[in-house]
Amino acid sequence: MDKKRWLDNPNNVKKVLLCLYVACAFLFSLDILYHRHAILPFEEWLGFYGIYGFVACVLLVLAAKQIRKFISRSENYYGDQDGE
Amino acid sequence: MESNVPPFLIFLLGSILVCFIPKRWQGWFSVLVAIAALINFYYLSQGTFWQTELLGYELTFGRIDSLSYLFSLLFHIAAIIATLFALHARDPLQNVASLSYIGGAVGAVFAGDFITLFIFWEIMALASTFLIWARRSNRSNSAGQRYLLVQVTSGLLLLAGAAAHYIDTGSLTFSELSTETAGGLLIFASFGIKCAFPFLHGWLVDAYPEATPSGTVFLSAFTTKLAVYALARSFVGTEALIYIGTAMAMFPIFFAVIENDLRRVLSYSMINQIGFMVCGIGLGTELALNGAVSHAFNDVLFKGLLFMSMGAVLHMTGRINGTDLGGLYKTMPITTTLCIIGAASISAFPLFSGFVSKSMVMAAAAEEGYSIIFLLLLFASAGVFHHAGIKIPYFAFFGHDSGIRTTEPPINMLVAMGIAAGFCIFNGCYPSVLYSLLPWEVLYQPYTWSHVISQSQLLFFSALAFALLMINGLYPPEKKLINLDADWLYRKVGLKLYRLISKRTEIIGNTAETIFVNLVDAILSQARNIGRPGGTLERTWSTRTGVLWVLALLVIYLLIFYV
Repeated sequence: MDKKRWLDNPNNVKKVLLCLYVACAFLFSLDILYHRHAILPFEEWLGFYGIYGFVACVLLVLAAKQIRKFISRSENYYGDQDGE
Repeated sequence: MESNVPPFLIFLLGSILVCFIPKRWQGWFSVLVAIAALINFYYLSQGTFWQTELLGYELTFGRIDSLSYLFSLLFHIAAIIATLFALHARDPLQNVASLSYIGGAVGAVFAGDFITLFIFWEIMALASTFLIWARRSNRSNSAGQRYLLVQVTSGLLLLAGAAAHYIDTGSLTFSELSTETAGGLLIFASFGIKCAFPFLHGWLVDAYPEATPSGTVFLSAFTTKLAVYALARSFVGTEALIYIGTAMAMFPIFFAVIENDLRRVLSYSMINQIGFMVCGIGLGTELALNGAVSHAFNDVLFKGLLFMSMGAVLHMTGRINGTDLGGLYKTMPITTTLCIIGAASISAFPLFSGFVSKSMVMAAAAEEGYSIIFLLLLFASAGVFHHAGIKIPYFAFFGHDSGIRTTEPPINMLVAMGIAAGFCIFNGCYPSVLYSLLPWEVLYQPYTWSHVISQSQLLFFSALAFALLMINGLYPPEKKLINLDADWLYRKVGLKLYRLISKRTEIIGNTAETIFVNLVDAILSQARNIGRPGGTLERTWSTRTGVLWVLALLVIYLLIFYV
């Protein structure tokens, strides 16, 4: 029998997630306190990098899910699967 | 003391000698060859060496300048790490192939002319194919054949381009080229195949995941990075590269999110990273080129580390699909940690290597006023963290517990991964050492508050997106499926087209054959009729008729003569 790991406890997973939320909130608040040196104008917008990263990832995953409908095939589609 | 031994000779000699070594010592011998080559490399100095004449062409085997020196150093380091990782392989085929493959790579980097480059280009193509075949499965067998065809095509394009270039200019020197000449365009296409330009990339994601666990580590280090070097040598500032590079950075991330084979995920992320380098070469400013070159350096190390960690998983469990793995951190904690270091580096976390190199390309794009390119590259940066930074460690080592209980991989694998991880952290924390090796002066400062904060925001919010999508069940689950890609064009469409054409030509052939046979039959029976007793030829003619014919001939002759 395996010994119980710290991450096996769902409460601890929640703690990890809580840390992530706090880190995100902290990093977002830095935008208010610290003025970013920007090359391009939109880089100076409040929370630009955080919001852009979040939106980019959500769009990426949702788009990939749609793409999967078109390009997914069974593992032996090319007829070259090795015997298990 | 200065050395006068070309590095490729050491590896190629080593690849011959390794055949005579008992199997159990072959791995150690390969490592020794790599170490000897690094010591030799240390004593090389910059300049032009090892020139010889062949059929009236001057071949240069040793053009050592700051650009080729850096790539050669990188290849020597990668050689030690990869041979160490493959130490346990008691497979003569793999050991010979890997040493000749490295020999080809270090030879090509120092090539001063296109003929020399072509020779090593082909050595690499051949040797690397055996690293794929060494897996000895149905899939690796056919993937290797396809891979070889593509690599040979790239070699032929290079040779044709070099010939056209020679006719145009009378020179074979491996230096700047224009895409406006036929020779330049052919060579551009040749480099483009090896660099995995969009639609020419099918071979990479098709073949790399099919090689042996250690074979993929070798493959990931040399071929594409040599192509990046070749582009940086010949096509600096070619504007098309900016758009090609951005496309390369963008499209693979969508495939990577839904791919099940984790080494294929890494192959996609490899194209994504090369995209940043290609874009930098296209931008062509000193900052961009330094970014491209230093990112190639870091990429070999962190991508190598990621491929090694997945290779270790495959080696220990025999499985590599996301659907089969999970929960391995319980039994492979060291591998997990090393993999996370690689993941942090490729994602460009502050204090890890990607942070100090990728940002140079981004900053150059911004400085040159390419706002949309900058935004797309930023999208790709978030995307690479998503699939290589989170997905790889999460699905292999965490996620749902697959129930697989294994142990850490052999010590040589751990040491090889440890060295690569050391470089990732060192280059991230002390970028000045890497910067001092770059071909152009570095005025860039990676560690400003603005950069650290903005990059951390990008990454943490990407992680937040992953977490929220996962919790809400919106993240696409891993499925036992494969995804179609550019290789589909020749594996399905091409094959169908070939069968269709061969069927059609068969019908045409059969019809033609029937017509021909009937025709010949008809002619023959006519001829037989003529020659038969009583036929035209058998008839006896009177002397009178004969004289008449002779007279007619003479009249015609006279008429022709006088008219």
